Amino acid sequence: MSDIAHPVAAVRVHATGPRSARLLPYVLSLPALLVCIGILVPFGTAAWYSLQRYNLAMPFTRGFIGLDTYLDFLSDPDFWNTVQVSAIYTAATVILELLLGLGIALLLRQSTRLNNAISVALLMPLMTAPAIAALMWKLMTNPGFGVLSWLVARGLGVSDFKWASDPRTSMLTVVLVDIWVYTPFMMILLLAGLRSLPTQPFEAARLDGVPGRFVFFRITLPMLMPYIVTATLFRLLDSIQQFDIVYAMTQGGPGDSLMVFQVRAYLEFFQYTNVGRSAALMMILWAITYALSNVFVKQWLKLRERAHGAH
Amino acid sequence: MTRETKGERPVHEKPRDLFDAFVAGRVGRRELLRRTAALGLGATAATTLLNAAQTRALAADYNWKAHQGTALKLLLNKHPYADAMIADIETFKNLTGMSVTWDIFPEDVYFDKVTAALSSRSSEYDAFMTGAYQTWQYGPAGWLVDLNEYIKGKSAPNYDWDGVLEGLRASTAWSGKPGDALGGPGAKQWCVPWGFELNNISYNQRIFEKVGVHVPKNLPDMLEVAAKITKDAGGPYGIGVRGSRSWATIHPGFLSGYTNYGGRDFEMQGGKLKAAMNSPQSKEFTKLWVKMIQDSGPKNWATYTWYQVGTDLGAGASGMIYDADILGYFMNGGDNKERGHLAYAAFAANPKESTPTANVWIWSLAMSNFSTKKDAAWDFIQWATGTDHDLFGARKMDFVKPVRTKVWEDPEFKQKIGSYPGYLQQYTETAPKAKIYFTPQPLFFNLTTDWAAALQRMVAKEVPVDEGLDKLAENINRQLKGAGLG
Repeated sequence: MSDIAHPVAAVRVHATGPRSARLLPYVLSLPALLVCIGILVPFGTAAWYSLQRYNLAMPFTRGFIGLDTYLDFLSDPDFWNTVQVSAIYTAATVILELLLGLGIALLLRQSTRLNNAISVALLMPLMTAPAIAALMWKLMTNPGFGVLSWLVARGLGVSDFKWASDPRTSMLTVVLVDIWVYTPFMMILLLAGLRSLPTQPFEAARLDGVPGRFVFFRITLPMLMPYIVTATLFRLLDSIQQFDIVYAMTQGGPGDSLMVFQVRAYLEFFQYTNVGRSAALMMILWAITYALSNVFVKQWLKLRERAHGAH
Repeated sequence: MTRETKGERPVHEKPRDLFDAFVAGRVGRRELLRRTAALGLGATAATTLLNAAQTRALAADYNWKAHQGTALKLLLNKHPYADAMIADIETFKNLTGMSVTWDIFPEDVYFDKVTAALSSRSSEYDAFMTGAYQTWQYGPAGWLVDLNEYIKGKSAPNYDWDGVLEGLRASTAWSGKPGDALGGPGAKQWCVPWGFELNNISYNQRIFEKVGVHVPKNLPDMLEVAAKITKDAGGPYGIGVRGSRSWATIHPGFLSGYTNYGGRDFEMQGGKLKAAMNSPQSKEFTKLWVKMIQDSGPKNWATYTWYQVGTDLGAGASGMIYDADILGYFMNGGDNKERGHLAYAAFAANPKESTPTANVWIWSLAMSNFSTKKDAAWDFIQWATGTDHDLFGARKMDFVKPVRTKVWEDPEFKQKIGSYPGYLQQYTETAPKAKIYFTPQPLFFNLTTDWAAALQRMVAKEVPVDEGLDKLAENINRQLKGAGLG
């Protein structure tokens, strides 16, 4: 009996080993799967809601309408205004922050004690919650007692500058707040990139007496490009999803002058209880974000390949 | 040692009897004070006895202990009315044997929290604070309990529902059918009025005296007075009104004056809603309103919420406001620079009208349809909106705009608000016609926010008033049609 039992037990032991080994990858990927479900379920729900006429205040009208909400957007001037405002905001903040961040990074390129101290100090706005920064700026731009209003009145002689209260200057105001908060982000990424660049090309250029402008455009900028692309991608994705600064300052006004995607979607859901429209807006924003990410990631991969090729 | 003899009531019951008699109305206030002094009772002991007597009186004809041991949870907005309720919550606990907890949020995020809690069908909260406008969303969505059956069938005998101002009772009841009159046939009582706000003038007497102006009698007069303050007061601007891109910009002074000019938000045509914001009356009023802000409003008007409007008045940065009277009330005390300088007046915007038509904001209490303790929640609501608690809040706390006529007749409350010049008078003149003048419909927040955005464009001179209102009406009609309402 033991002669029979023994080989069976041996086979069992032998079989258990490979089975657990086969299961191990699945077990290890379980947390990732759970996270994936946690992301995909709300995403799928939002996509489903976007295909419905669904206003919580009018439950009797709820029903599947396919792409009607999306098609309605095509003829809705408010929607196109949101696209335009979001595009202007994103372009203005990303371009200006990139230029400023790059400029500051170049100035702080040398790793001296003073430069290191300055670069740390410049990070402080980044540590401020954007909504708090917006409220600070709201006070600073108050025409009655705001320090910036006072400076504009004294320095530029403009006593009636209304900042975020005027549709003509509201975009400028929120872009300034965004620049104040996020330029340090650009600066720190680009500074890290600059300081990690190999020194030989620059030394060779210096020995050859190459003009500074040539060094910048033909050596520094191309070598820094992967960092620029990465930093720009981060800021682009963040800017197009702007909410806190705009909402804290003007709630999307005056008029519809700052009605970016997230603010409109927020209002549609929380104030107007229009779940269908809010979800559709978020799906469009997701599609735009996805497309932009794709472009940038492909660009980044190309640059990386080129860099590897150069090695 | 207590002296007790046969046939004679114990000594400790004498003060108790006295306070019971006072609560029952058999002893007057002066007599109570005299006899309290004769019994040698201090203020603290007297207050305790009074509270206890009120609790016994409430309990006399109604089984307040029916839900003893039940735990209720409330969702509250940070507000002096909520503070008054919390200060008196022990009375409710003693009366009912229930325990009460609450979450309290600032107004900026409060309604988001309510929407999130109700739309998720959470049973966490049994009752909550709301405005009447919000119930136009929450009610038809099935999130609220129609309180009619509780008011009519499950109230304490002394609840005195009819003692609540008629316009407020009607304003918190709606059938759910877009365009139906508030409080009309088949209306469901989505919430119970608790405390409210009248939109009238609160003004700074010091600035008015300095500049030599009178309290405006109507809107054209208000334009002149505000312009003179802006020109001559040496800093302060003339008039504070709300201007942020929000429905809350439209409902206070703007809609009160607009209604006085004969303006309506919608007309009913063949059972459908049609925007009426571009009527001749609307255009006449809006032109004056826009000019008033351009000439004499705050420079950053487009970011002004109730908070900035109020604090500017309290800080002496504005000469007057046309907004909630309680906002002006609170700015006349505390640490405000202008405390003691503010006064109040009723305001009929239309020179051809003598009676104000104040649109009202009504802080109310509603019951969540997802509560598992509805009867217990009703006991809380009827206690919090009942006469006794309202009297406590009005006399002892800042519950300064109670909805019950009986509280307004209370001598102690009258004496308290007497030091706020014109406050009682503006209530007396305005209350009879005070109600919600909006047409109830489920797109209230979208369309009224669009109205505010249009007003911002007109004030910024991006678009002339006539054209702006025509565009607004066109936009609103498109939205109504899209929702099947127009």
